Amino acid sequence: MPDRSWHSVPRCATRLVAAAVRAARSRAYLTPLAGLALVACRADPLPQSTLDAAGPDARIILQMHWVLTAIATLVSIGIIAATVIALRRRRSERGTAPPLPLAPSVFAEHEETRRRTGEPAPQVGAGMDEPFTPVELDAPQRDGGVLKLVLAGGAVFPAVVLVGLFVYVMVVLAEVDRPAPADALTIEVTGRQFWWEVHYYDAAGRRLLETANEIHIPVGEEVRVRLRSPDVIHSFWVPRLAGKLDMIPGRTNEFAISADSSGVYRGQCAEYCGVQHAKMAMLLVAQAPDEFAAWMEAQAADAVPAADPLAARGEAVFLASACAACHAVRGTPATGDLGPDLTHVASRRTLAALAIPNTRGHMGGWLVNPQAIKPGAHMPAVPMTREEFDAVLAYMMSLR
Amino acid sequence: MSTGTPSTRESYFAAGRDRERDFERTWGAAAPPLAWFKEVNNIPIALRYMGVAFAFLFTGGFMALLMRIQLALPENEFLDPSTYNQLFTMHGTTMMFLFVIPFIEAMANYFLPLLLGTRDLPFPRFTTLAFWTFLWGGLLVYSSFLFGVAPDGGWFAYVPLTNRTHSPGIGMDFWDIGLSVAEIAAMGAAAELIVAILRMRAPGQALHRLPVFAWAMLVFAFMVIFAFTPLIVGTAMLELDRKGLTSFFVPEAGGEPLLWQHLFWIFGHPEVYIMFIPAVGLVSQILPVFARRPLVGYPLVVLSLIATGFLSFGLWVHHMFTTGLSPTSMGFFAAVSLLIAIPTGVQMFAWIATIWKGRPVWRTPLMFIAGFLIIFVMGGVTGTMVGAVPYDYQVHDTYFVVAHFHYVLIGGVVFPFFATAYYWLPKITGRLLSERLGKWNFWIMFVSFHVTFFPMHIAGLLGMPRRIYTFDAGLGWEPYNLVSSIGAWGFGIGATLLLVNLVWSLRRGRPAGANPWNADTLEWWEPSPPPNAQFMYIPFVRSRHPLWEQESFEPESAEEAERMEPMRAAPRTWRGALLVSALDGKPLAVAWMPGPTLWPVIMSVGFLATFVGALVENAWIAGAGLTVIAVSLLGWFWPNEGQEKAMAEFGLASGEGGLPLAIAGPRSNGYWAMWIFLVVMSVALATIIAAYYYLGDDGERLPAAIPDTGTAMWASVAALALAAATYWMARAMRRRQAWSWRIGSAAALVLVPVLAWLTGRAWTDTGLTAVESAYASIFVTMIGFNWVLIAVLLPMMLFTLVWAIMRPADVRGHGLAWLTELQGYYTAASWLLTAAVLYLSPRLW
Repeated sequence: MPDRSWHSVPRCATRLVAAAVRAARSRAYLTPLAGLALVACRADPLPQSTLDAAGPDARIILQMHWVLTAIATLVSIGIIAATVIALRRRRSERGTAPPLPLAPSVFAEHEETRRRTGEPAPQVGAGMDEPFTPVELDAPQRDGGVLKLVLAGGAVFPAVVLVGLFVYVMVVLAEVDRPAPADALTIEVTGRQFWWEVHYYDAAGRRLLETANEIHIPVGEEVRVRLRSPDVIHSFWVPRLAGKLDMIPGRTNEFAISADSSGVYRGQCAEYCGVQHAKMAMLLVAQAPDEFAAWMEAQAADAVPAADPLAARGEAVFLASACAACHAVRGTPATGDLGPDLTHVASRRTLAALAIPNTRGHMGGWLVNPQAIKPGAHMPAVPMTREEFDAVLAYMMSLR
Repeated sequence: MSTGTPSTRESYFAAGRDRERDFERTWGAAAPPLAWFKEVNNIPIALRYMGVAFAFLFTGGFMALLMRIQLALPENEFLDPSTYNQLFTMHGTTMMFLFVIPFIEAMANYFLPLLLGTRDLPFPRFTTLAFWTFLWGGLLVYSSFLFGVAPDGGWFAYVPLTNRTHSPGIGMDFWDIGLSVAEIAAMGAAAELIVAILRMRAPGQALHRLPVFAWAMLVFAFMVIFAFTPLIVGTAMLELDRKGLTSFFVPEAGGEPLLWQHLFWIFGHPEVYIMFIPAVGLVSQILPVFARRPLVGYPLVVLSLIATGFLSFGLWVHHMFTTGLSPTSMGFFAAVSLLIAIPTGVQMFAWIATIWKGRPVWRTPLMFIAGFLIIFVMGGVTGTMVGAVPYDYQVHDTYFVVAHFHYVLIGGVVFPFFATAYYWLPKITGRLLSERLGKWNFWIMFVSFHVTFFPMHIAGLLGMPRRIYTFDAGLGWEPYNLVSSIGAWGFGIGATLLLVNLVWSLRRGRPAGANPWNADTLEWWEPSPPPNAQFMYIPFVRSRHPLWEQESFEPESAEEAERMEPMRAAPRTWRGALLVSALDGKPLAVAWMPGPTLWPVIMSVGFLATFVGALVENAWIAGAGLTVIAVSLLGWFWPNEGQEKAMAEFGLASGEGGLPLAIAGPRSNGYWAMWIFLVVMSVALATIIAAYYYLGDDGERLPAAIPDTGTAMWASVAALALAAATYWMARAMRRRQAWSWRIGSAAALVLVPVLAWLTGRAWTDTGLTAVESAYASIFVTMIGFNWVLIAVLLPMMLFTLVWAIMRPADVRGHGLAWLTELQGYYTAASWLLTAAVLYLSPRLW
């Protein structure tokens, strides 16, 4: 496990304020502050933090982060210190102004000012309060020694550091950009406004299953992520596991990703893709191989026909309404491909690309008025009677 | 002609009251009616220009404050998503295009003539046109808020999000078209600055004595020319796509969304340095005044500015590291991204050394410069961090980058601007600002800047992406965003103190006097505020720090004085300015400068109407706009009374020791401007050619059927014939052979439409429609580019012929013929290159 004690301070602050905000909102003003602090400083990782690396790419980049931050800090401190010392070293002293030549127009203006205000015309250097002599006017000849320092500090030193840095960058780049092994599982993620369509392929290129917004991978295994987009540019980013890679219409990008330990990692679209860019997130679930295999099997299966009469009624409404035009439920005539595949929608943790948790209540709210939850999303509110709505809701919750 | 050497100030600077009165009347404010619209003098125009740009700064800043309210708390509902997206789009757009660039140019319009010891900019009417056009462009973009359709595609406007399918409203058209107006204004101003710096200076101000700010503006202006042109080409392509006329960026038609990113960032990255270079030029100029010592390493600093300018064109791809490029290209661009730290480092150390060796005087401008040094170092090192490709994989498009570039842009540009405001406002207003208020201004801004932007680094590292209108609680971003939001309001209040201070100084400030800082450069030689009629007495410069080192501004020798005699005695009833040789600043000629006129403002309205017509797709409005432009061009170039007076007064003969009047040929400013125009066109053509090969780079997108060369060959013959006729015409003009001149220009005039027709046939023969594929789009665009050149050439050739027939001896006709000659050659060459690319190069595959 990488040492994370360094950011316990920002983390405590984070959680303290977060908890305070929550407390203030829930009007739980009486929550003891000490308790708050304890809760806040729990050492569990933040779900989307590059600093809580949990995959090989993210780990090596985190290492790089510390190297770069150290260099940056040293250079900043050095230069700021030099500036401050230079500024404080010798403040000016009172001197006498040399007789500077002035244009006749300036003299005229001085006359004018004096006539108008009856005061003496402002002297040269009025803004300095006291007259100063420019020091060392023969200095251009005496720049010599300083110039060497300027060149050493401004050119030679950075050149040396930067060459070293460049080599380091290229080495890390080669490591991060390694291709996935030939026999790796392929997950094709298609960015859509504003959700993620996910297809699984085996090493032979056979299509295994389709899901959305929730990607499962086996722990410790390199999988190939293939990125596409049919509409606008999105960017695939799960910070705890790896850097981001864009999804560009007309192109296919690929990279390898893997997780060190099982857990749920949050990802988010990193390229502005329209009105709901902020709510285009996903979960990446890393599971032990046997759990993963079970998940695969469940997801690959067709939907079980609804047994419960209400759900069965819901299925009929679903198929007869606009729903089926956009959504597919494998095993039924619904094959729409504009929205997420709903075959196992109830098994997913969230709805609408993490906009809301996947509970009965939220699902109901989403069906009634998606535009209130995610304004600008492409899902319209489908007009339904109360009875139809209850039935469709039951059907959705039955798609496990 | 005086006798003997003028050895005292009285002899060179002596002037009668009547002469001063004449001079002031000639250069003074325009006469009513409509005086305000007729004004072309650089000082009043630059003041308006600065005022408008500054208003945009506060508008853009206010939008940022609204966004910070929205982001103060997770799941906040202060702004709805589309409003937020409009705000961040307009915040970036405003700051880049409507504040920084125009403000720099406005400042340069005001101060460059003063720094260079000249009376005005080379093309006063053009300055005025640029101002009005900028104003209309800015208002046009902002008018979208009134209609509730503000652009929301980001200031970078990535396709396909900004194409017609995904942004069907008119918002992005406002962005596209409004910006084109502002960009054209910026490029016009840049062309003007180049001519001003190279040609219009005080005698003796050789390049090695140029104030650093003038050097910086020279680099700036060249960069604007080279960077804005690809952007204008790119936005034109985007707009054509949006109108459904072409398919440059449509993947289904073989187009490439990444082409837009390349075109945008080949502009966008230099843009950062376009903003930064003038700011560091200002630092290098102001710092020595308060360090009471000349800048250490002036040649190094100037070389660094130039090197930065060059290098900045080699790192645009670092904005695209996450698009899936090859490691080789990423290696190259990473190397340049790191390399550019070196010239910046050199300047940094030069500034520190200057302070170190000097005796710093702790006044507000110096405080802002110190703040700049500290903030900018921090922005610079994070810049090197994001240049490291794998690191960029993580932090790209996160708040880490937002923090980085605000450190660079606010630290590196806004702080120097504030230093400059405190330094130069006393010159503009004639009043000193309050030091006490200035210190409050600095400290509030400095502290709240860090409070605002430092936490963003951490938010970014914790995974917060850019351009999100809200975020979920529980991701650990809450405290950083809350702190940022509080800091932002502090920063806004801090920045406003400058306005408070300005108002205070206008009412209460002590008179500044001509040179309140005891500074070294020529602007402090003139009274504060400087009169419109500046430098009636043209100073002779013999030092890089004239006000520190020169005992006298008189000419040194009788010869010099004699050569300047025409400038001293003659231009009283018309505006005359001195032209010098580019390198060593030797007096070369006298330029006639136009006085107050309405044509620039009329023409800018024509531009506005044309662009509004394009925006709402109304041919009548656009047609009316084009007509207004054509009419105002006629009025603009109509033989001018003042110019005739100058010609009569001056005589045109050179070689008698005195200065000639430069109206025609390589010595005139117009000829230099023409060259800059051709450079702009060349960059545009190069951009189009690069796009052509980029779209064709994977083989399959090349034309299935390679176009037949038949008509293109004939068009090439016509182009060669046009070049020959142009040569004949120009040679005859130079040899004063009126009939040959007439015949040559008549022949060329006939060949121009022939060339247009044949190139049109070269297209129609292929049967391509622009929209059918990206290849067809670029094919037609490249041919269409030649029509633009032809459309410029046709009236030029026509009026050359008119001059040749009506007044073959008039030097103004010769001037036009010189320019037409260049345009004629260029048009022919452009077609030959086009034909080679479109018809020959596919055969070489």
